[in-house]
Formats: sequence, structure tokens, C-alpha cells
Amino acid sequence: MTAVSVDGVWKFYGDYPALRDVRLDADAGTCLALIGRNGAGKTTLLRTIAGFSKPGKGAIRIFGQEPRETETRRHIGVIGHGIAVYDELSAHENLTLYARLYGLPDPRRAALEWLEQTGLERVRDGLVREFSRGMRQRLAVARAFLHDPSVLLLDEPFTALDDRAIAVLQRLLREALANGKTVIMSTHQLREALELSSHVALLNRGAVAFHGACTAEMLADPGWVYARYGEG
Amino acid sequence: MAVTRELPDVAVKPATAERRRSSFARLVFVVMAKDLRAELRTKEAVNASLAFAVVILVLFNFAFDLDDPATRTIVGGLLWLVFAFAGTLVLNRSFARELPNDCLDALVAAPVSGATLFLGKALANYLLVLAVELVSLPVFGIFYNVWFPFGQMLVVLALGTWGITVIGTVFSALTVNIRLREVMLPMLTYPMLVPALMGSMVLTAQLATGIPIWGESATWLKVLVGFDVLYTAAALALVETVLVG
Repeated sequence: MTAVSVDGVWKFYGDYPALRDVRLDADAGTCLALIGRNGAGKTTLLRTIAGFSKPGKGAIRIFGQEPRETETRRHIGVIGHGIAVYDELSAHENLTLYARLYGLPDPRRAALEWLEQTGLERVRDGLVREFSRGMRQRLAVARAFLHDPSVLLLDEPFTALDDRAIAVLQRLLREALANGKTVIMSTHQLREALELSSHVALLNRGAVAFHGACTAEMLADPGWVYARYGEG
Repeated sequence: MAVTRELPDVAVKPATAERRRSSFARLVFVVMAKDLRAELRTKEAVNASLAFAVVILVLFNFAFDLDDPATRTIVGGLLWLVFAFAGTLVLNRSFARELPNDCLDALVAAPVSGATLFLGKALANYLLVLAVELVSLPVFGIFYNVWFPFGQMLVVLALGTWGITVIGTVFSALTVNIRLREVMLPMLTYPMLVPALMGSMVLTAQLATGIPIWGESATWLKVLVGFDVLYTAAALALVETVLVG
């Protein structure tokens, strides 16, 4: 089953085409690594898939639905560049807030469960502004996974994570993939990403230069795909 | 809204249960409570707004001859200019509060409508601006020796403040990603607020001179109600476009 379908998507910033006729599919239970140099369009593509902005041309479907449909948004979890939690609220208040927005049956309990999953239960009532960077990032991971999304969109998820947060995220991503979730992640950390990924898409100046299964050559040499298809 | 057959079963279950629990009003309350809690922890907007209102009221006190009966006819204008400027300080923070950790993205990604987010934020702003006004009003009474009939003044405050809040909140969303948003918000908001401010000023001046706001002089009250309804409807219709484009 196709979980995410990107069909001929163009995205313009003024006259500049940040995405050029992008065509991608990601099946349920697969992990697609979006790679490319800075400015290649990875973040723009992820934000468009997430429904944060509309494509100029083309269509995006999540399980056959528009990303901006309310029902579709229940199935999407996003980790962007920011941690998307409030500094003025406690860890528990932040997760409870999102649990309520996503309509989980017992928001406070769901929040506590995810604080435990990410090792933050001891600081549940601490304000986020007092957290270390690693703790903030683990809280961001908990927020994205809280509502059990079917599609996870991760924008450079391993960047600036501490070892513990990397371990937590990798474990959660492996569990998610084992449970049939779909993961699309943009990344510069090719080795970490390719260990998880079943597919790779290389973006070059807003266009897809390569899209296919992750191969032995890529795992042996993460730079191979750049050398072969991109701006190597 | 019907869930399509293609959406995975595992994720549909909590959504179905959610639909029963989370009414529109409940989600609006969740957003409002979040904003109020965040503001009351920092008090950065309310403190600035209140300090501004009190200082300006004190300064105006020295600018006018309070023994002149004509002063009573301009108190409505004075008061609402202060409320409009002080209110902008609260409204500026409304969506700017979402910027530091990209929280706005998470709100936009959540399965709630733009109207829900907007109304939650507008109600939080409304309560904060109203609180600033209710604290400023006795200060005004003491310095200017002008006291209003409380019930009628509360009606004017409620209607005028909603007009300021609803327009200010939608423009706060519109300007949130602009570098000069602190400048742009008042520039965009005040021209739109002219009818609501006119109504509020005239009604407040009436109350200061002993004329009730209803009865024969209810025209401005109707104008104020009409603009509030119009502003709210337009804001609800436009907010999704403002947030997502």
C-alpha cells in the first residue's frame, strides 16, 4: 500500500523553483532517506508533504488523502528543525497539550507513558526552558511519536542529538518500521540514516536525481550515491 | 468527516474515539488555556501592556484641564487610544510566542482547524486585554474623576475589546514571520479597527456624560456589534489561508 505519494510537485519561492517536478512514493512499512546538499529542497519537500505549505503544482497524498485534511493529519508525526515544545510549560504539560490536540483518549496518561519511553519521567514537572539540549530533543521525539502516527516525517532528526537521544530515536524508528509505519527523513548523517532506510531519494537543486532501493554499495560507502548520481 | 478506507486501521481507532470527545469548543479551550498558562508564567506581554496603559493615563492627566467640563467629552477617545495601543502589546506576542521552537508548525500539523487555533488564541488574548483594561479603568477613574456605570461600561469594554482582539489576532498570524512584525502589526491593525474604535469611543463618551448606551442612542452599540460579527466571520474564513497559504 502506498503511504505517501508525491506526484509532479513544484514549489516556488517567488520565481525560484525550490522543488521541480518531484515524483516519489513511499510504501507503508518502508523508510525513505531524503539526501542532498544544503538547499537541494529536502526541507521544503518534507514541509510540503506535512501540509505546512501547499505545492505550486502537483499533488501530495497521504494514504490517498490531502495532507491538510483533518483526518490525514492524525496520521502524520513531524520532527522539524525546531523541537516544537513550549519553554514556558513543563514536559508533562507539553505532551498533555499535544495529546489533547490529537484527541488521545487519556491525554495525561499518554503523556506520562511517553515521558517514560524517552527517559524524562523524573523531570516531568520541570519547565522545558530549564532542560538540557538532549532532554529537549528527547521531548521533541516523544511529541512526534505521542499519537502513534502512521507516517513520520523527520527533518535531519539525528543532527545535534546526543548519544542517548540518538539511541532513543533509532529504537523508536525501528519499532515503528516493524509495526508497519512509514518514515521519510531528510538527513546529512548518511550512515545512521542508511542503516534504517529501505529506500533513498537524492534531491539535486529541487529535482529528484535518484530514487530507489538502498543498495549494498550505498551501505558500504554512504558517499557513493552522491558520486554516482549527484553533485559528488 | 468520513475516514477513507485507505487510512490504516491501527491509526483510525484513536481518531474515532477522539471524535466523540473533542468537540470544537473543547479544542478551542485547550489552545486558550495553553496560551494563558504560557503568558501567566512569563507575564511579559501583560506586564508591558499594563505598565504602558498606566503610564499613558498618568501622562494624559497632566495634559488636560480636568475641571473643564469639555474634558468629559474626550475621555472616550483617550481611554480607547490607550486600550488600543496597550492591546497591541499583548496581541504582538500571540503568534510570536509560537516562533522560538517552531511550535507554530506543530500546531498547524495537529488535526485541528485553523478556526480552532484562531478562536483559542483570540479568546486568550481577549481575556488578557480585558484584564489590562479592567485594571486600568479604576486608575483612569481616580486620575480623571470620571466614573462609568459599571454594567454599561462592561458591555462597551466587552464589545470594543473583542473587535481589537479579533482583528489583532488575525493580523498577528499574518505578520508572525515578518522581521518587522512589531511595526507592521499596528500599521495593519489600526486602520481596520477604526469603526470598532469609533463606536467604543462614542459610547464611552456618552457614558461619561451620563447618556445610556441603549435606548435612543443605541446606534453605535449596533454598529459595534455589527462590526464584531463581521470581523469574526471574516477572520474565521481567512485564518486557514493565513496559516498555511
